[in-house]
Amino acid sequence: MNDAAARDDQVTIALAGNPNAGKTTLFNSLTGLRQKVANYPGVTVERKEGQWQMDDRLVRLIDLPGLYSLDATSLDEQIARDVITGKQAGISRPDVVIAVVDATNLERNLYLVTQLLEFGIPVVVALTMIDLFERQLHKIDREMLSALLKCPVVEVNAKTGRGIDELRAAAAAALGSEPVLPEPLLEAVRDDTTNGKIFARYSFISDVAQESVWHSDQSSHRLSDKIDRVLTHRVFGLAILILVLLVVFQTIFSWASLPMDLLEKGFGALANEAKELLPAGILTDLIADGIIAGVGGVVVFLPQILLLFFFISILEDSGYMARAAFLMDKLMARVGLHGKAFLPLISSFACAIPGIMATRTIESRRDRFATIMIAPFMSCSARLPVYTLMIATVFAGQTVFGIISVGAVLMLAMYALGIFAAIIIAFLLKRTLLKAPPPPFLMELPPYRLPNLKTVLFNMMTRAWLFLKRAGTVILAISILLWALTYFPRAIDTAGLRADSEQRTAIGGEVSEPSLPESEQLKQSFAGRLGHAIEPVIKPLGFDWKIGVALIASFAAREVLVSTLSIIYNVGSDDNAQSETLVSAVRDAKRDDGSPVWTPLTALSLMVFFVLAMQCMSTLAVVRRETNSWRWPAFMFAYMTALAYTAAFITYQGGKVLGFD
Amino acid sequence: MRLDQLSKGKPALVTSVAGDNLLAKRMMEMGIVPGAEVSVVRSAPFGDPIEVRVRGYSLAMRLNEAAAVEIAPIAPIA
Repeated sequence: MNDAAARDDQVTIALAGNPNAGKTTLFNSLTGLRQKVANYPGVTVERKEGQWQMDDRLVRLIDLPGLYSLDATSLDEQIARDVITGKQAGISRPDVVIAVVDATNLERNLYLVTQLLEFGIPVVVALTMIDLFERQLHKIDREMLSALLKCPVVEVNAKTGRGIDELRAAAAAALGSEPVLPEPLLEAVRDDTTNGKIFARYSFISDVAQESVWHSDQSSHRLSDKIDRVLTHRVFGLAILILVLLVVFQTIFSWASLPMDLLEKGFGALANEAKELLPAGILTDLIADGIIAGVGGVVVFLPQILLLFFFISILEDSGYMARAAFLMDKLMARVGLHGKAFLPLISSFACAIPGIMATRTIESRRDRFATIMIAPFMSCSARLPVYTLMIATVFAGQTVFGIISVGAVLMLAMYALGIFAAIIIAFLLKRTLLKAPPPPFLMELPPYRLPNLKTVLFNMMTRAWLFLKRAGTVILAISILLWALTYFPRAIDTAGLRADSEQRTAIGGEVSEPSLPESEQLKQSFAGRLGHAIEPVIKPLGFDWKIGVALIASFAAREVLVSTLSIIYNVGSDDNAQSETLVSAVRDAKRDDGSPVWTPLTALSLMVFFVLAMQCMSTLAVVRRETNSWRWPAFMFAYMTALAYTAAFITYQGGKVLGFD
Repeated sequence: MRLDQLSKGKPALVTSVAGDNLLAKRMMEMGIVPGAEVSVVRSAPFGDPIEVRVRGYSLAMRLNEAAAVEIAPIAPIA
């Protein structure tokens, strides 16, 4: 793959086209399942490559990012330009460019073609959506189009396979051919102002369209218009958007929970199995509690990622995503974000990981990063067990006005707090670190189309695989590190240790590692020591060192707080937040002076902390991948933790001042 | 007259796109060049952005962006 030199047995073809022109579907049908997805080195632009066999030569098909122009003002455009001019490392200059052109949107699609022609590279035009175009009773004179553009034009339909072989043959025939620039485009080449060039290209395009296309009438948008009259309606449009989001959200929440539970249980069983089969010892513990649990912690996200991308692909392919952005842009613009940030943020209520991965639809880098930085404030499903435990422990059965449960109010307040923080931070980021003149909103509203199931499923699998490959390794490494923190040093049960001597007498003075309760090991481990070490810092938040240990462990993932508290309060690692034994154990927990640990104020302080703190290594790993730098996840971790600390501090100390403790 | 002032459903011709900036360039690349016919299809529920029809497709833009486009309404043929 790193072989930049052209080889005799290899042909490089680039696939270029506007977004929504049917490029992905065509790419899939040209290459089948033989494709690789990666990033271009050093940037977050996706690089997709596939292949097919052309007689005795192998064709490398490079899928360029979907583009409207090749003017190198955006990163996507710069990369596409580098690929076409052969400046992109690892890809030899394409021998042919296949330009995907949507027949129903000919003029704007031809703009990119004029630029490609100016590069002096052999171009083959693949006309897509031709069946749709003909169904609308328009006619296109393919030969005339080909003659005017001075390049071959092939009508294709990726779904039925029409024209695919012909396209392959045309690409083969174009190999080594001498491209001819249509005469009117010479003017665009000669003009030295950008606007002059654009004007010249469109003048040429207008003439081409005039001569080669016959429109039945002007309303090829009739169906989409009718649909839009409802879907972008002042009242119905917003209502339907909320309904769509509810369905997506509910599905990710409820449908994903079953496979997630199964995966968790499966990996739990696997870990137990490993412990039984392998001889007891550090290596076995590493395999069972470090590696298997770590892999489980990665894989458990897959159901949510698969489901969310299933919906996102459908929403994108159908054209609805652009409408959602259109509807919400005014609100998003108030905090300085693009309308397209709406869906990733909403998705983050289920899980920030797929949400952050979904920000790829936002073209402006700064807008995208701002969206990524606030996505973790959306209360994700991993926070729910924590909220649930706290509410069950200290607020159970309490009501306001006799009917509304305090729990429900608190839950709602936590979601609201997250959204509020997100708005404030987005506002600040857009005025400081990510300050920039707002990029043009300009967004195409593509006609509604039935999504192609194959493309949708393919996209879903690609995302899942990318997550495993890109974030999985980091998550696994941190899992093992956290395991080591709780595993080492091994507890020794010598009498006379400073802390908890009264509990120790019950255990006795014998040194027998396996019989030591897990809570004892946790106390003496590095994590336990860290808990003690940070106690002075977290005391003003109302937390003792045991909560400190749970906080440290929960930086792996938020819900780990629950299982860690279970271990530390000696109820076994049953991590059900509603388990009676755990709730009562938490309720009974005492401080050194005998007062209960979990007052309503402590619980509230902890909940506030969990809304705002960055306690999810998987999110950080994904942010690292999506921003292509460790600086952004480091910044995210630092500012969110500082914010969480401050807010919990204000909650606890403020509450005390008001006399709530 | 500017594109953000055009009433819905009325056709107009683009006379110029103001400015030598990214917005003007993007507008033109998307087909909004002098001489192109445009019309406003609808506005979003909160009044902004608007949907503009140009060259047979729909382009959404914010009102402050539409303000960069100078237009001349086409008189309806009686």
